Amino acid sequence: MESRADRGAAFNSGFLLLLSGTLQEKCIHFQGGEASLFEFFMHTHDIGDFDISLKEISKIEGHASLDIKIRKNRIEDLKFSITEWKRFYTQAIRGKPVTAVPQMVDRICGTCSNAHLLCCIEAIEKGLNIMPSSQTMLLRRLLYYGLIIRDHALHLYIFALPDVYGKSSILDFDENDPMQHELLHDTFAVKEVGNRLSIVVGGRAVHAPYPAVGGFLKLPALEDVKALKPKLLEIRPKILKLIKIFAEMPFELALKAPLTFSGLVSEDFSFLEGLIQTSAGDVVEEKDLGQHLDAVIIPYSHARGFKFDGSLLMVGALARLHVSKFKLHPNTLKSIRDYLGIFPSNNIYHNNLAQAIEILHAIDASMELIDKLEAVKPERPAPIKPRKSTGIGVIEAPRGTLYYRLDITSEGKIKEGEIIVPTGQNQIAMERGIYELVENLLEKGTHREEIVYEVEKLIRAFDPCMSCAAHFLRVNWQ
Amino acid sequence: MDKKLRVGWFSFTCCEDSTILFIELLNQNYQEWLRKIDFIHARILRKDDSQELKEMDVAFVEGAISSRSQEQKLKRIRKKAKMLIAVGSCAVTGAPSNQRNFFNRNQKEEIQHILDKFKYQERVFKLSDLVKVDKEIPGCPMDEHKFLALMKNLLADIDGKLYG
Repeated sequence: MESRADRGAAFNSGFLLLLSGTLQEKCIHFQGGEASLFEFFMHTHDIGDFDISLKEISKIEGHASLDIKIRKNRIEDLKFSITEWKRFYTQAIRGKPVTAVPQMVDRICGTCSNAHLLCCIEAIEKGLNIMPSSQTMLLRRLLYYGLIIRDHALHLYIFALPDVYGKSSILDFDENDPMQHELLHDTFAVKEVGNRLSIVVGGRAVHAPYPAVGGFLKLPALEDVKALKPKLLEIRPKILKLIKIFAEMPFELALKAPLTFSGLVSEDFSFLEGLIQTSAGDVVEEKDLGQHLDAVIIPYSHARGFKFDGSLLMVGALARLHVSKFKLHPNTLKSIRDYLGIFPSNNIYHNNLAQAIEILHAIDASMELIDKLEAVKPERPAPIKPRKSTGIGVIEAPRGTLYYRLDITSEGKIKEGEIIVPTGQNQIAMERGIYELVENLLEKGTHREEIVYEVEKLIRAFDPCMSCAAHFLRVNWQ
Repeated sequence: MDKKLRVGWFSFTCCEDSTILFIELLNQNYQEWLRKIDFIHARILRKDDSQELKEMDVAFVEGAISSRSQEQKLKRIRKKAKMLIAVGSCAVTGAPSNQRNFFNRNQKEEIQHILDKFKYQERVFKLSDLVKVDKEIPGCPMDEHKFLALMKNLLADIDGKLYG
């Protein structure tokens, strides 16, 4: 027992600070179970002291760093930090009119800006009792599927695929190898279609100017929307290829620590509506989600982490397939029959496969919406009548559940806001995952360089977005 | 190989929208750009574990400067780059990443402990406050037409060297 207590004490002091009473027990449990590990190292390595310090992790969205201290082949300290410099959006939106705020907050993030835009719009509409028209919702779905295609493709082709082929960059793919040559070209062909979809519907793929509270400021021409269908059809086989690659990928890490997967579930897997469901069986309405997310201050990180009712939480594509795989588009389900059984999966690397499947869903769902669209009616955004209220918006951003709560004054200005982003919700699980991975690798006597490579690969599988995570937090340092 | 344009791409305090736009512009331009450009530093595209910055023909820099460490890195980039180009609104004007510069007393008090703890600078700076900027591509995200026109010019020089 004593040696186990020692091991507990040696466990990352930074992490322990995060743990409330109940989780501390889980943590010690998570520490135990490898009683022979320490002795094993004592015999095989006389000296196993080294430090790993990654200042700027590459091929992720934004800036993060990692410090690991290894003594006698055991992790003495491990800190995963988000090192983005804050821009204080939570403070900056106060006093701003509701009509201006969506275009402010979409500047939180370059890659998923349209997720922030639509989530903020939803919160304001809920607060002001504005019901968007069915045409508005259809166009928002199309805009959003464009985001899912281009954002997941960015992550899968540019960030994750080089790991599968043992390359430093997609740009290093061998033009003389037929498969690698194809994948390099697929990268840009697929992203371009997602990009195009967002441009046609929203006016731009990044910080789309047309979507607004109550509707669209400018509407797309029907023929431009219709012209997207053959392009979507063209990239479909490329995504089937991508799904196969990630399904056959041998990487595996299932956390030993108990993990709750959570995501918004809707009948048509739209990312924009529905009820939050968890792998533990909870069903939560959007307006109540804030009560279940517990903020955790991480002393060395610029961003705060979150737990779901005290449990370690993971959101994102892996979580969405965990709770709602059967809601995918029927054509998608048909095409991925062979892989559907993989989910629910606890293997973090399957987040990549789940994203590839979601691209296919976004393609199939978009084509159906485009087919159904017979005309674009010249609608104006619904009028805004300010009232004192609180509006809550929840959508599934590419990387997981995004939550906006906005208190609105009777003049239609923001009094107070809270924004909870996916990477914040995943941050604690991510650090735990890195810890377990490094522990596994040390057990196998892995060299420092390979540990670094493997850790980066795992972080990329989580697909964190640091720009999002760091920029609007209200932190109370004790 | 040495005739390629040696390019660095760097991000400071911002949402990295210009990086994303640049990656999307690769969709239609990658065949030309990858032939003519050597991405010396571009964390979004490849692992970069070089301890020292390398010499660059052009450094594209997005984002505003929030801390002393960022300021030092910007100055190192300036030293290594023949041409430094500020891309996007935050780099060119500071906004919106500099919004805390305009906070009222209450807002400032709320964030002060964070500024102290992580050693933020008193103010957020645009690039030209701190270093010489050779060219600017404004916009939030950067104006894609201006960026494409600039690339065309830069690569025309390379063409001249390749085929001239």
